Amino acid sequence: MNFPLIMQYGLSGITVGSIYAIVAVGFNIIYSTTGIINFAQGEFLIIGAMTAISLHQILPLWLAIALAVIMTTILGGLMEVVFIRPVRNASVLRLIVITIGLSILIREAMLHIWDEQVHSLPYFTGTSISTVTILGAHISPQVLWVLGTSAVIVAGLTIFFRFTPTGRAMRACADDRMAACLCGINDRWMVTLSFMLSAGIGALAGCVISPVTQTQYDMGAPLAIKGFTVAILGGLGNSMAAVAAGLLLGLLEAFVISQFASAYKEAVAIVVLLLILVFRPTGLFVRREIGALRAA
Amino acid sequence: MGMRYVRILSVAVVGLMLVGAGCKKSPETPPAKAPGTKAPAAKTPAVQAPVAQKPVAEAAPIKIGAIFAITGGASFLGAPEQKTAEMFVEQINQAGGIDGHKVQLLVKDSAGKSEAAISLAKQLIDEEKVLAIIGPSTSGESMAIKNICQEGTTILLSCAAAETIVDPIASYVFKTPQKDSDAARRIFEVMKEKGITKVGVTSSSDGFGNAGAAQLAKLAPEYGVTIAIAETYATTETDLTGVLTKLKGQEVQAVINWTVAPAQSLVAKNMKQIGLDVPLFQSHGFGNIKYVQAGGEATNGTIFPCGHLLVAETLPGNDPQKQVLMKYKQDYESRYKEDASTFGGHAYDAILVLAEAVKKAGSVEPEKVRAAIETLQGVVGTGGVFNFSPTDHNGLNKDAFEMLTVKDGKFAVYTK
Repeated sequence: MNFPLIMQYGLSGITVGSIYAIVAVGFNIIYSTTGIINFAQGEFLIIGAMTAISLHQILPLWLAIALAVIMTTILGGLMEVVFIRPVRNASVLRLIVITIGLSILIREAMLHIWDEQVHSLPYFTGTSISTVTILGAHISPQVLWVLGTSAVIVAGLTIFFRFTPTGRAMRACADDRMAACLCGINDRWMVTLSFMLSAGIGALAGCVISPVTQTQYDMGAPLAIKGFTVAILGGLGNSMAAVAAGLLLGLLEAFVISQFASAYKEAVAIVVLLLILVFRPTGLFVRREIGALRAA
Repeated sequence: MGMRYVRILSVAVVGLMLVGAGCKKSPETPPAKAPGTKAPAAKTPAVQAPVAQKPVAEAAPIKIGAIFAITGGASFLGAPEQKTAEMFVEQINQAGGIDGHKVQLLVKDSAGKSEAAISLAKQLIDEEKVLAIIGPSTSGESMAIKNICQEGTTILLSCAAAETIVDPIASYVFKTPQKDSDAARRIFEVMKEKGITKVGVTSSSDGFGNAGAAQLAKLAPEYGVTIAIAETYATTETDLTGVLTKLKGQEVQAVINWTVAPAQSLVAKNMKQIGLDVPLFQSHGFGNIKYVQAGGEATNGTIFPCGHLLVAETLPGNDPQKQVLMKYKQDYESRYKEDASTFGGHAYDAILVLAEAVKKAGSVEPEKVRAAIETLQGVVGTGGVFNFSPTDHNGLNKDAFEMLTVKDGKFAVYTK
């Protein structure tokens, strides 16, 4: 294998990994505040992208994406208020089952609103044949957009959770809901807010990856499963780790393809997930002690 | 909350992934034939009522059953088939029926499930005593009811692709769509012209992809083509640059991609993105303009075999199929306000073949009509010109395919 070819596998891994990473980031927000894994996260991506594709027929790309993100954010909030909030004193597991139900509901609704065909947003820069050449290998400029957007989202979230009162209130709820309530934090709204935030980020992710992955009504679930794997791999609740883990898994898969039949690629993801769960259940990028504290 | 539950969840997800992976390999659901995307669109309800109910005085009506995947995952096949069948039967009845016999069409929805197809077939044969069954839409369902129709001496005119439906021959079983092997032959012919001898094959790991990859591997030596590398991918794949890099490493002179999944536009895009500048050939699954739209500029130059319907307008005036295709297309599009597809055409051809056979036999006895189908020659349908024989229950040859390409985002006939 010559050098440009190795580089090409590397860039291919980054392409795949960037998609995993941006999906994984959305999972972490709701988990951070509620402990729920939102299995409708994949559907948020598709709703966002589909809405943007429809709006783009009459609006410029940026406006279409912005509106799609806003609409999906509102939808995420509504979803929480209507379906999650009324279930009082529910166990985390029950809430998760609700999100699985919602994902099916949204998927079928999307089928009726749009159709079963493949759609996609145009490339943000260039076209479907544009490439950026790095050391003799090629990568789509859209992948750089995906990586850039992931970076902006992660930075934004870090600032939000660390330095804004609302962000800190959300973290407080996650830590100890009762104590947060006693401090005068409206815990209900914090949960709603976390759904809105993750729906909005999901929608943005869906729009950015749409030119690369294309968008079809039933694509959410497979994307979400990979995103979830990556979120666990990095350590749930840690967005920066999710991005790193996403790229790592993407690279791993690319080099598996280079040596074995491509069908084994999926097996790698599962084996990695199992190994992590056995040997580092807190995730690759979380220190053991912190993990132990969290688990307690 | 905490790690324990994350672990439980993760195990559940791993389980789901394994189950999912297992399902994809399942051989019992070959998603039949060509283009379109997977997936539902249950926009039309299953029609159970006969279209024409009033028998006219002279002759008894002919009862025809139809089993289509009108809803469910294969509805991109079944829905246009159902619409076409209803439209065509209505036209036949308005023109006075077949030899004075009005046609009564009983449409059933199998939702693409073999179990449903079996019970519907039994119902149509035993209770309704139909002369023939049109459909089912998918290969899996067709194979499931092949013997039931044979034993029930009821003619089956399948609208599904797999060659095993008519090979080995069952005397009562026929099919109207073109063959996979002929699609592969047409592709290799073009390669021979272009002097391509070393290719890479990518296919989806489902029924359609596996069957196509097998035909390609079988026929390549006949045309002096070596398949340097063959790779499969999941139908849900969202990026194929890794697999294509592997093909690039083998320095192939062309890529053949065989699937009905959205990967058809991904392959085109990803090839351009990694600088794999060789011709791309795809299966007849590519005959859906949505894939061209989703793939953008990258799909320009893709070469693929397809029925003549997609290029009906550009056919020369003396083409035998031109008139039939234009009429079908205009009738369908003005009535249903959507693009006609080659799938609906398969149902049209099935009814056409049956009608011709009844006329030729001058009878509505199953055995006589069946025998008449085997003698039909030069029946011009939407899929091609049918020439049946006791050993050929498909009746089409590789000329039923036209080689198409994409020019400026539109389908056009491929020329050297």
